[in-house]
Amino acid sequence: MFRRRPDADPATIAVIVEGRTALVPHGASAAAAVLVAGFRNIRETPVEGRERGPYCMMGICFDCLAEIDGVPNQQSCMIEARPGMRIRRQIRAREIDPGLR
Amino acid sequence: MTRYDAIVIGGGLVGSAIAYGLAREGLRVALVDEGDVAYRASRGNFGLVWVQSKGDGAPHYQRWTRRSADKWPALATELLARTGISVGHERPGGVHLCLDESELEERRARMERMRIQSGNFGFEYRMLDRRELADMLPGLGPSVIGASWTPYDGHANPLKLLHALHKAFVEKRGRYISNTTVGNAKAAPGDFRVGTGAGEIGAPKVVLAAGLGNAGLAPLFGLSAPVEPQRGQILVTERAQRVLPMPTTTIRQTVEGGIMLGDSQEDVGFDTSQKPSVMRMIARRAVLSFPWLRDLQIVRAWAALRVMPPDGLPIYDQSERFPGAFTANCHSGVTLAAAHANLFAPMVAAGTLDPTLALFSAKRFDVPAAA
Repeated sequence: MFRRRPDADPATIAVIVEGRTALVPHGASAAAAVLVAGFRNIRETPVEGRERGPYCMMGICFDCLAEIDGVPNQQSCMIEARPGMRIRRQIRAREIDPGLR
Repeated sequence: MTRYDAIVIGGGLVGSAIAYGLAREGLRVALVDEGDVAYRASRGNFGLVWVQSKGDGAPHYQRWTRRSADKWPALATELLARTGISVGHERPGGVHLCLDESELEERRARMERMRIQSGNFGFEYRMLDRRELADMLPGLGPSVIGASWTPYDGHANPLKLLHALHKAFVEKRGRYISNTTVGNAKAAPGDFRVGTGAGEIGAPKVVLAAGLGNAGLAPLFGLSAPVEPQRGQILVTERAQRVLPMPTTTIRQTVEGGIMLGDSQEDVGFDTSQKPSVMRMIARRAVLSFPWLRDLQIVRAWAALRVMPPDGLPIYDQSERFPGAFTANCHSGVTLAAAHANLFAPMVAAGTLDPTLALFSAKRFDVPAAA
């Protein structure tokens, strides 16, 4: 579905999206890695559980929310891919651990 | 000129609740609204249907608020049936958290005063100690030493409420005129005309519900509405699984999971800008109350202007000079929505405000200066 621009840097950064390894150029976003890995969807909406994926790629639509390195609800289009980054599906609303009693 | 049975000026929560109530009474109603430039407290509202802090020293305000809160479940059900919009109303009771002894003592004294003032109407409340409170609210911070609780409090989604009221109004054949400011108002007893973007309209009744705009409009109709802006700021977190079973005065988790953090009371005129120092204060108090909030991201924040009468209580009046002209002013458009639609609107339709509303007249501010 997506082809890389011919002038892009070589894809040297390896990240793991839902267990699949994706190679992206230096400076690419985590959302770009999601798309390169072949995922159209990376989250389920909190209330209705609908599938959503990266759309605006510029920090506006919040449809690219994903769990990145264990932190839920990250705007993956606004976060630069780093070697070894783990991107996972954001399934519905994040959990809260109130812990303290 | 197009004639109606009533004109409501102001399409925020107060105006649209009254307009819907009038249309439901069978009146032909025009609702005149400003555009996106409006200050529109209804868009910045925190969304509490809040009872427990209202009316210390003014038991009529406590009664009016509670009557509204009591009618809220039926209003929410009715709006859902008529419009398909769920306004996210819940009434699980609510708490006011106290973070130190002086706050707690002040609160205890206030709640007991209100119970005494309530007379036969009653005022059911409890002061909860930390241990009891920790059983009710998960992850309560060690700084919270106690709280007041009443069963009357709840919350709702103010944006959905506004949407539902507009939709229900239009379905009751109400005429909604947007993007217009009222010009050329002409008042005579039982005969009111206003210029709008859609031409001149006239009616034997007019209700001023223009929020902060009422201050300037009211004198044109022989009324007084000395309301002033009071800024409040709000932060909202990302959506999360629901953990808070009930709202507090300044923290509530919506049906959808986002957690709203308020609030501030700032006397800064018509300045709607946000201030990091105030946002920090709001966040700090929230994290002291529930330390786990620290892990949540803030996704939105805003400031808005409350519509504040000098003593904080609503103002309701019918003009003596121009009977048929009414005002409704308050900062509690969500809490009082059910009272406005189900109690106030029928009074306007009947042409007389109930004597129980006499204490809300702006005449209370006409105190002769001491010699």
